[in-house]
Amino acid sequence: MGVGIEVRGLNAWYGKNQALQSIDMTVPANHVTAVIGPSGCGKSTFVRCLNRMHETIPEARADGSVKVGEMDVYGDGSDPVEVRRRIGMVFQKPNPFPTMSIYGNVAAGLKLNGFRNRKQMDELVERSLKLAALWEEVKDNLHKKSGASLSGGQQQRLCIARALAVEPEVLLMDEPASALDPISTSKIEELIFQLKQHYTVVIVTHNMQQAARVAELTGFFLMGSLIEYDKTEKIFTTPADKRTEDYVTGRFG
Amino acid sequence: MSTPAPQGVSLGRRLSNGGATVFAVGAAILVLVPLLAIFAYLLIKGIGSVNVAFLTQTPKPPGEVGGGMANAIVGTGLILAVASVIGLPLGIGSGIYLAEYARNRFGDVIRFTADVLNGVPSIVVGIAVYSLVVVRQKHFSALSGGVALGIMMIPTIARATEEMLLMVPNVVREAAYGLGIPKWRTTLSISLRTASAGVITGCMLAFARVAGETAPLLFTAFGNQFWNLKLNQPTAALSLQVFTYAISPYDDWHKQAWAGALILIVLIVGAVAAVRIATSRGMLKGA
Repeated sequence: MGVGIEVRGLNAWYGKNQALQSIDMTVPANHVTAVIGPSGCGKSTFVRCLNRMHETIPEARADGSVKVGEMDVYGDGSDPVEVRRRIGMVFQKPNPFPTMSIYGNVAAGLKLNGFRNRKQMDELVERSLKLAALWEEVKDNLHKKSGASLSGGQQQRLCIARALAVEPEVLLMDEPASALDPISTSKIEELIFQLKQHYTVVIVTHNMQQAARVAELTGFFLMGSLIEYDKTEKIFTTPADKRTEDYVTGRFG
Repeated sequence: MSTPAPQGVSLGRRLSNGGATVFAVGAAILVLVPLLAIFAYLLIKGIGSVNVAFLTQTPKPPGEVGGGMANAIVGTGLILAVASVIGLPLGIGSGIYLAEYARNRFGDVIRFTADVLNGVPSIVVGIAVYSLVVVRQKHFSALSGGVALGIMMIPTIARATEEMLLMVPNVVREAAYGLGIPKWRTTLSISLRTASAGVITGCMLAFARVAGETAPLLFTAFGNQFWNLKLNQPTAALSLQVFTYAISPYDDWHKQAWAGALILIVLIVGAVAAVRIATSRGMLKGA
């Protein structure tokens, strides 16, 4: 089951550049929450702060409080590796491990974390590929084909399966469909809709229709600040803030 | 030879296209010529002296006909094994350090040092190992020969490993971090593995380069007319044996020198090819 996320006073920097300014946001469990905004508004930085991926970039740092379920992400003694194990991530460009088979890709997170039970691993791989709606297309070539040999849309679903295999509680998606064609995009969107039964999903998108289609809640970011955060319908029909209205009606960005 | 140009492309462009293609193909052929010429010449000069005795016997004293270089073949293998045990882990290890951890001043210093070491004449490496190992051990040895060659392998392997790791897209590393895989594990099981084809090529280049080295062995491994399998004893090596025989006044030894050179090249090419085949088979076996 998914868990909720509570963000309080989150700041993030790249060197001396402040990319996020005291963000407060509460993401409910087992919902899909979309993060929208123009390029460079900090939406990617925001989700990367949730699982401490932000700090893997040289000179990048963050402070503030992020609680994911019971876990204090930025607490003393919190281990970023453990955080990332519990908060899965899907990236903008499909990034399967190029030298590994389809099975190897999905099992990588388990194997490299010391998981040894072969039978259970087979089950987890199958379950994850089914959840990612890829099983039927690849089940005959699990070991024969490399992950990189799949089409772009399949690769992205493979990456989703790979993230799900380690059984995270939250799934972060950073523009997961922006590099895909419309058919693959709609498959991913359908999938996101299914996933919220088991996971809390936060999705970054620059495609407002996509946010409207998949998300129950939407947050609008502008220049490193969270301008408005509400039910998706409200954001797109009667936003409270003038800047949100300008953005969703296409007046800028 | 040149790509057919579509209609309506100007004569000038077609000419320069054709010219460039001819130049590139010609250059490629020119690269192949010396290699094939050397190999053919060795084959002509050396094949006559390659026989069972040559491959199974130790050298005969001067004046006696026959004998072989079996001890030198084994000695070369022994020295190269020691060199690989030293050169591969240190070279790959420092390459990993340079690519994944040392994107800073200290890394630049190491990088510069490695490049300088790469340019140090091989005989100088031999002298250094002579004073560091041989003098202390008080005699020549296979070990010191292996150390000299191993040191020469390190910078080549380190720089190749670094370059290959830097070519691994960062999104691949991010994917691993995102799965909660620790950095050291990501480096070994994801980045290094993704770069493995290039890293292995670098290792093979370094190996092939030192396999034929003679100068650094002159006062380390020293050479030996008899069998030796002990690491702390003077040891024969093919390159040394070829050198000794080639500058000798005996006709029979000259022939054997050609044969030795031929065997050395065949062994190096064989080793490189074997590694290539083994790794390309193992490449896609899943994680």
